[in-house]
Amino acid sequence: MAIMTVFANPHRFMSVSRPFAWIFTVAGVALIGVGVYMGLFLAPADARQGDAARIMFVHVPSAWLSMFAFAFMAGASLVSLVWRHALADVAAKSAAPCGAAFTALCLTTGSIWGYPIWGTWWEWDGRMTSVLILFFIYLGYIALWQAMDTPQKASRAAAVLCLVGAVNLPIIKFSVEWWNTLHQTATFFTGDNNATYGFKAPMYVVALGYLSLFGGLTLFNMRAEILLTRAEMRLQRRLALG
Amino acid sequence: MTNAGRFGAVITIDALAAQRGVRMLFEGLSFRVEPGEVAELRGPNGSGKTTLLRIMAGLTRPYAGSVSIEMDDQDAPRHYLGHADGVKPNETALEQVCFWARFFGQPEGAAHRALERMGLKSRARVPGRGLSAGQRRRLALTRLLLDDRPVWLLDEPVSALDVEGRVCVEALIAEHASAGGIVVAAMHGPSLAGARIVDLSAIGPGGPVSPSGARTLG
Amino acid sequence: MILSGAGAVFVRELKQAWSGGGGVSLPLGFFAGACSLTPLSLGPEADLLRAAGPGVLWIALALSSLLPMERLFQADLEDGTLDAYAGSGVSLEWIVAAKTAAHWVSTGLPLALIAPVLWIMLQGPVSSMFQVAIVSSIGSAAFFFFGAIGAALTAGVRRGGLLITLVALPLYCPAMIFGSAALYGAASGGDWTSPLMLTSAAALFAIACSPFASASALRAAID
Repeated sequence: MAIMTVFANPHRFMSVSRPFAWIFTVAGVALIGVGVYMGLFLAPADARQGDAARIMFVHVPSAWLSMFAFAFMAGASLVSLVWRHALADVAAKSAAPCGAAFTALCLTTGSIWGYPIWGTWWEWDGRMTSVLILFFIYLGYIALWQAMDTPQKASRAAAVLCLVGAVNLPIIKFSVEWWNTLHQTATFFTGDNNATYGFKAPMYVVALGYLSLFGGLTLFNMRAEILLTRAEMRLQRRLALG
Repeated sequence: MTNAGRFGAVITIDALAAQRGVRMLFEGLSFRVEPGEVAELRGPNGSGKTTLLRIMAGLTRPYAGSVSIEMDDQDAPRHYLGHADGVKPNETALEQVCFWARFFGQPEGAAHRALERMGLKSRARVPGRGLSAGQRRRLALTRLLLDDRPVWLLDEPVSALDVEGRVCVEALIAEHASAGGIVVAAMHGPSLAGARIVDLSAIGPGGPVSPSGARTLG
Repeated sequence: MILSGAGAVFVRELKQAWSGGGGVSLPLGFFAGACSLTPLSLGPEADLLRAAGPGVLWIALALSSLLPMERLFQADLEDGTLDAYAGSGVSLEWIVAAKTAAHWVSTGLPLALIAPVLWIMLQGPVSSMFQVAIVSSIGSAAFFFFGAIGAALTAGVRRGGLLITLVALPLYCPAMIFGSAALYGAASGGDWTSPLMLTSAAALFAIACSPFASASALRAAID
């Protein structure tokens, strides 16, 4: 509840958020470092894929984060539409580039992983395809923010788009899986056969690191956004009120 | 002063505030409009007349405060006539009035009467792009006649109108008021007869948007 | 009054589309043109066209349905008609639904009607022309109603055409997949009804959620 009241007021938010942003970012980078070390040096090599499978320690958590960030944006958009909360707008807007970055990371690492395993840089695999579509949704969301002339209009339009996207995402995912089973004759890879503790632990550590980094960067983004708005307002005020 | 007439709607505006960008347009605006009253919003450009009308029409959300229209039993209490006329360039004047008549569930006869009342009968077959600014304004005003609604919210109803057009609109407003309707109009130039003046420049201009509250970031 | 209002808007939009000149013919021309360009890039071999045809037809249909979206709400927003609608007491959801439905009837159905002709030009079997028309008309409903959300979101944006594409294309995925699967089913004489059912589900979902999303986007645009 205390956290909610901090987030309810932009001024309280600005005065409290800076250390959190730093802590989350630093902790995130540290956790990612630890997780990657565990993944690269401590975890056993995969029985079938050998060392190539180690990329999953950065790949799989980034897929989780790409979903999580969108869910976070959808939640913030709902708050923004229902309670017209300016901070919720800022939160959704600030999370978008981070979410898009994790999605891009997921696509890139997936593609790099695909080369030794599938023998191709890009395979129209069901999961990869739905992540790609998620990436386009992120791009549309960011482009919509940039296209509008006033932040008020942009925030409402973007919130509507985000919720429409969130409602449609499961359907898109389902249809892509359906499409994939229709076209794909052989499954090259299922993620479930590596479910040993030695593989899971680094993945969770990296995921936690990503989450923390996401939180920190989103907070930094939010602060920058609020400061920009304030500077803009101050300038306009000076012009308008003399 | 008050005349309950056919309508008997009352508008109550309570502590209304509106912002545009960084500035409050007005703050703490409260007034009541009784049945049969004509309220005229006055104030220089940028004082918030249009915004106030749009808030009353439910198109824009206020920063704070409320507008309520109390009335007995009618689901559509108001007509809103904005700055833009909403005239389609490729439909004739008659087609457009007929469209709005159908829209409001009125017979076509109402459309012809409204067109005649606004002095557009001779222009009935002219497409919107062939009408002058004043004629387009008249065409927009026909909407008021197509559905009997107690509250009229008019944004500069006589802009671009000639003398005859202005007389016509003033007569409409007077008729509506004497039937117990309410007219709230943003005006420049000469006042409407018998109108109560709501001067927005006397209330505002408000200061900067107050930095407290969750709706703003400043 | 809601029904008279929505009905009047529906009739008006149909008249506008068919009397305005170019309103309907433009997407039709684009559809035909895009399909006709395909053999120029793929080569005229009948086997290749037969294999690619259903997919090409379907993507061309999706793009043609996006083409006229830009002006769907923009014209009303600019000339003040949207203000008049929104201030009229008729819920904007109904008006948006009526506008989109009229738009689909005036443009989407003609697209679906010429689809079988293009189908034959792309070496599809003549026996499945009827199936193609059915699938295209239902699929175009999904495209139009999802496209309307994009149109409403970008109504206030000048030159928002490309933005509509970016915003609406992810929403097109289900109809894209199921519709083309139905076309491939029809082409090969296989099962085309179950993907058609899924296409219909996508269309119904679009029809159900589009008016609410579009109306709320338009309210933001006029605020």
